[in-house]
Amino acid sequence: MNIDKHIVRKDSLEKLFDILKQNSKTIYAPASKNGKISFGEAEKFSEIAAGYIQTTQSSKEVAFPRTEKLLAYSKNSEGISAKGINISEIPEIILWGVRPCDTTGIGELSAIFNWDYKDEIYNSRLSNVTVLGFSCSKADDYCFCTSVGGNPGNTEGSDILFTQLGEDGDYFAEILTEKGSVVVSLASGLFEKAGETKKEKFLADVPVRFKREEVREKLDKFFESEHWVEQSLKCLGCGACAYVCPTCACFDIQDEAHGKSGLRVRCWDSCGFSLFTLHTSGHNPREVQSQRWRQRIMHKFSYMPERLSVYGCTGCGRCSRACPADMNILEHLISIQEITV
Amino acid sequence: MTDNIYMPFLMRIEKVTYEAPGVKTFMLKFVNEEEKNKFTFKAGQFGEYSVYGVGESTFCIASSPTRQGYIECTFRQTGKVTNALSNCEEGSTIGFRGPYGNTFPIDEWKGKNLLFIAGGIALPPMRCVIWNALDLRENFKDVTIIYGARTVKDLVYKHELQDWERRKDVKLITTVDPGGESPDWKGEIGFVPTIVEKAAPSSKDTIAIVCGPPVMIKYTFPVLAKLGFSDESIYTTLENRMKCGFGKCGRCNVGKVYVCKDGPVFTAAQLKELPDEY
Repeated sequence: MNIDKHIVRKDSLEKLFDILKQNSKTIYAPASKNGKISFGEAEKFSEIAAGYIQTTQSSKEVAFPRTEKLLAYSKNSEGISAKGINISEIPEIILWGVRPCDTTGIGELSAIFNWDYKDEIYNSRLSNVTVLGFSCSKADDYCFCTSVGGNPGNTEGSDILFTQLGEDGDYFAEILTEKGSVVVSLASGLFEKAGETKKEKFLADVPVRFKREEVREKLDKFFESEHWVEQSLKCLGCGACAYVCPTCACFDIQDEAHGKSGLRVRCWDSCGFSLFTLHTSGHNPREVQSQRWRQRIMHKFSYMPERLSVYGCTGCGRCSRACPADMNILEHLISIQEITV
Repeated sequence: MTDNIYMPFLMRIEKVTYEAPGVKTFMLKFVNEEEKNKFTFKAGQFGEYSVYGVGESTFCIASSPTRQGYIECTFRQTGKVTNALSNCEEGSTIGFRGPYGNTFPIDEWKGKNLLFIAGGIALPPMRCVIWNALDLRENFKDVTIIYGARTVKDLVYKHELQDWERRKDVKLITTVDPGGESPDWKGEIGFVPTIVEKAAPSSKDTIAIVCGPPVMIKYTFPVLAKLGFSDESIYTTLENRMKCGFGKCGRCNVGKVYVCKDGPVFTAAQLKELPDEY
């Protein structure tokens, strides 16, 4: 569809929030709690965090919760009965305040959940989410969206993208999808037709540090390399990078038993864990941390582009911010690009 | 209701067979008749077997698709789920979802000799294709099975080994690792690759199917190459750790290849293209 361009006055943003609430919409927005900015259900506009560069956790949880119930079972004298998740009970959510590096992550995550088998639970959750993206006016040294095909005002993955025109300015709203139009229709008085507007000068300056295509080319030749050992020496294998990543989709399947009944759940996992690939026999195809680090980089910058035609990194920088050993993916990617054959 | 891919079929354990220390075979029948009628699979495919409240575990389907109405699986009691499975008795209900993965291209092997080489607990993933071939015996020329285990006790399917031994249309060679023989052992003594070299099966018009621990596969391939087998005529199955079985959970890949989707059946030629990560 043609992109509708509107202006939403600065003080109308709260009105928009209130109108959506009046229409019984569930809104997930970033809130500050215990020093972290996390997405959660917001009741009031005042709960929404302001001035943050990035949320601590990505917004992927709305489509791919950290623990997803796959089925519930119960045992009785007649045997076992099991019931799956009821797709129709999945709530509609408006996701408010998502950065473009998370909205683009939705496409990358969806590629994983939809190559071959189309994951019904994931798709049902995602189809119930309306994404209200907010461009970045600030960035930090960890941000590198422009090196991986994104930018601080990227519209990809948003249903509406808001860009604040200056620190105290109004919001430029790009209505990108039908879902976005539905939001506008609920509060049409707040969306004024925009004249010629250049949002670019209000966006954060994120310099391009490397080219992902060049990293990919290098990776084709560098499966066996001392480089992986050097890069991963600090890695503790804690998996934090995967948990904060907007595109990491690896999961485990576990049973949670409570007496005669229980749940089977899928929960986030990490290729950084030593047990991730351990065989029953004791053999482990990725037995040392350098092999696991290589898998992480290869998967995102080589296997995904080849198999799914998308990269698995949006340049959000969360993995570097979260790493307790101060590993920095941006530096590692730059150094891979600089390897000489 | 929806088709929840994670929802297992309920299976009744019809029969438990003790195979070797810690190794059992379950014959499983569908609790739901409709599911039984709809279910099809091919030799080489695998599934997720589960004990409700404990979890899921991945094994191949060890029975042949020519034997309908049930499936069999053979597993060694090692971890949490296999221990729980092992405690299940005949008549109890477990979960099964599948079949997943690709298959042995048995239709393409018509008119060829078949050479099966297996080690230890890796005979089960080959048993499906062995019986599949033996049930269509007229389609193939010579059938040779070379099977080895650490000790005599560890050989699985002992009754079937006797069957194959007796059959005139099957050549069976069994072996145990040095030191693993019993006083009355009449088979070979030596590691599988050594015994393959000694038996020196002809590579002419022959498909070799090799299943075993990674170390056995790595040492058997060069022996087969020496005997003149092309990489395209050697098949194996990889057994990487899996959770989902259909390309999402992210742990079974070898380089860019997903064992659960692109495999588990690979030719030696395909394996040579993969990084050494299996």
